[in-house]
Amino acid sequence: MTQPNNDTSAPKGEPWVWFTSLGLIVGLTMVAGLLALVLYNGFSVFWAPPVPIVKLSDGTVLMGQMAQRRVRPDSPASQPKYERQYQVGLRELNGASYVWADEAKIVQEDFPAQTMGLERMENGPAFVTPIAFVNSKGQRVLFKKESFGDLTREVEYATEIREELNTIQRQKIGAVNAKMESTRIDLRRAEDRGEPTAEIKTEIAALESEFNQLREQAEKVKEKDALAKIEARDARGRDVVLPMATIVRAWLPNDMSAWDRVSLFFSRLREFLFDEPREANTEGGLMPAIFGTLVMTVFMSLMVTPFGVIAAIYLREYAKDGVVLRMVRICVNNLAGVPSIVFGVFGLGFFVYVLGGSIDQLFFSDQLKYNNNTPVFGTGGLLWCSLTLALMTLPVVIVATEEALSAVPRGIREASLAAGASKWQTIRDILLPASAPGILTGVILAMARGAGEVAPLMLVGVVKLAPTLPVDMVEPFLHFDRKFMHLGFHIYDLGFQSPDSDAARPMVFATTLLLIILVVCLNLGAITIRNRLRARYKGASF
Amino acid sequence: MSTTMNPSASRIKVQPATESEGRKDYIRIQDFGFWYGAKKALDAITLDVPERRVVAFIGPSGCGKSTLLRNLNRMNDLVDGIRHEGDIQISGRSIYDPGIEVISLRRRVGMVFQKSNPFPKSIYDNVVYALRIMGVTDRAVLDEACETSLRKAALWDEVKDRLNDSALGLSGGQMQRLCIARAIANRPEILLMDEPCSALDPIATGKIEELIHELKAQFTIVIVTHSMQQAARVSDNTAFFYLGKLIEYDTTEKIFMNPSQAQTEAYISGRFG
Repeated sequence: MTQPNNDTSAPKGEPWVWFTSLGLIVGLTMVAGLLALVLYNGFSVFWAPPVPIVKLSDGTVLMGQMAQRRVRPDSPASQPKYERQYQVGLRELNGASYVWADEAKIVQEDFPAQTMGLERMENGPAFVTPIAFVNSKGQRVLFKKESFGDLTREVEYATEIREELNTIQRQKIGAVNAKMESTRIDLRRAEDRGEPTAEIKTEIAALESEFNQLREQAEKVKEKDALAKIEARDARGRDVVLPMATIVRAWLPNDMSAWDRVSLFFSRLREFLFDEPREANTEGGLMPAIFGTLVMTVFMSLMVTPFGVIAAIYLREYAKDGVVLRMVRICVNNLAGVPSIVFGVFGLGFFVYVLGGSIDQLFFSDQLKYNNNTPVFGTGGLLWCSLTLALMTLPVVIVATEEALSAVPRGIREASLAAGASKWQTIRDILLPASAPGILTGVILAMARGAGEVAPLMLVGVVKLAPTLPVDMVEPFLHFDRKFMHLGFHIYDLGFQSPDSDAARPMVFATTLLLIILVVCLNLGAITIRNRLRARYKGASF
Repeated sequence: MSTTMNPSASRIKVQPATESEGRKDYIRIQDFGFWYGAKKALDAITLDVPERRVVAFIGPSGCGKSTLLRNLNRMNDLVDGIRHEGDIQISGRSIYDPGIEVISLRRRVGMVFQKSNPFPKSIYDNVVYALRIMGVTDRAVLDEACETSLRKAALWDEVKDRLNDSALGLSGGQMQRLCIARAIANRPEILLMDEPCSALDPIATGKIEELIHELKAQFTIVIVTHSMQQAARVSDNTAFFYLGKLIEYDTTEKIFMNPSQAQTEAYISGRFG
């Protein structure tokens, strides 16, 4: 019988359990803190708080949305003094969108019900006291609380007209321009070769008249709303006239129900997700960047998976074990640790200049010759971005596939060979299906790394603002040569390259949040597929 | 002691069944030696397996019986650094003949492993695997082969309603019978069984032994077993191996009733091994 007091069999090393769990807790806390910060700051972008009129002791009057509050750098830590930053908008009048105000100097703070917030196409938002508005028929209506509904309808009408204009300018005129460009190349080529040019010239003339027609049409559309405007007064009592065509959204920040605020929140969120950016990317939506990130990640996965799997099959199944094989394995593993910018430089030097340049020489020589040496594939683009990232994530897929192949039990391998299957048939019919979940794990890791990568992309085809999407309804639908926008680069651009960093700050958080959500979604999708595959092999006795 | 018990090849080549029923020798192993790297695993084995008979290989672990079995369909080719001498002939032709593809040899020599190893596929796909890789795509042929094989493996009645379910949902005994069905689906001439019942309960073992009796009518069967009783029950001839050497090969009755070698007697009576 063991005596409890001299029982020496008590488990040793119990403190280590606490130590390891401490490590986990520290890690999780940091991740949770990051997510909470990004969530709070990201979502507060879309929330519309009440807007005060602030009177300062020096006589200045401000009207704007409070952006942040911080301790003044010159105040002692024991008695902190605060200052506030207000987003006052109306950049054309105020000079800057954001103004700092010393909290000690604030004399009075009012929240008048008639204060109106206006989101505009340019020069930041406007916070004004409305007086009257003119509708699209030219009738002037004095502004009252009851007429806010009518004003909202006018804003919606202006939005419709903007969309109509957009269709004409971007899509129709864009298509004509593209055709014009290729026809001009034809013309230059024909002139160069001394071929007859009359037919091409008539074609160009036809395109030009089509272009002019479209432009006239656009002018007509614009005129429909030319009269509509809002007359208002700003905080300092200056008269402001805001053409309706420049207004995106109007709201009464101090006189709206909770439901109105929530619906404004979702309206802004929708714009953020599905519309194009405005105002040097600091306002509006991110659709092109979301789309670009998604398309690039998908193509990267489509390229890296076959290459990685094929390479791993050779390494694991066919290559003879020896010094060379071990060296190759070490190299593959080291490749995973190479800084991503190195891949970017390689992508630019090899993919863009060598491969892309050769493609242009071979297939687009006419374009080069008659279009001022404008490259097609010899410049950054979707294809080269996907390839560069595929190369960067290749080691991940190779290692995962090798592990998965070696985890397939020897028994079923032998069973297949004993049944008279060749090695290739065994790999194709038995090993690959059985290791599919493991391979997918590798692809998930590759996708997660690829979707969040920025540095190499800056060199091989991601841009601040792309006029067109890499996939659209114009033949050949998939434009591998096009430059595109990317969420990761968008964050960098907003945070560090923006002319108005105060205005960009909230968008940085919102974009970060979106990038995290996008990566999580991509991973969830891949994990779902993997679990489906695992379920198929569930109950395996090995 | 092994010198005294190392009989010459000619002396142990006893083929009562062959002589009495006029069967021809089917597998002929002649002076077969085998090395894993520097380690000699088999030493000058000479042994004939008659057609449509069951031959059991017995002996303590590491005696080389499985190695010999796995040489009959050249599964040992997968191991690095192997070497052999002597020859193995099946129906009069060497399996090492450069004119014979390993793949075609394995199609003629089916194999059932110690541990059941169904593919992570449906029952149906498991059974017709060998036919599919031979290029058979005709659904009717495959269906027919599936049913025949499963019937021969005494599994048809248990799985006929769930042929498209995963094979991994079967019980241990069913899985092993599925593996037998898979091994006989492309109608090999020889069936190799490497301790097919070692992981099974007595009822499943009984079923498989019954099966071996029935399969004997069509296949030549070589079975490696650790169970004396099983060897006694299912086999016509028995070969006893020890330390890579063939000690004694005779009819099963003779081996178990009246072995000529003292070592054989010691092993079957459980005094060593």
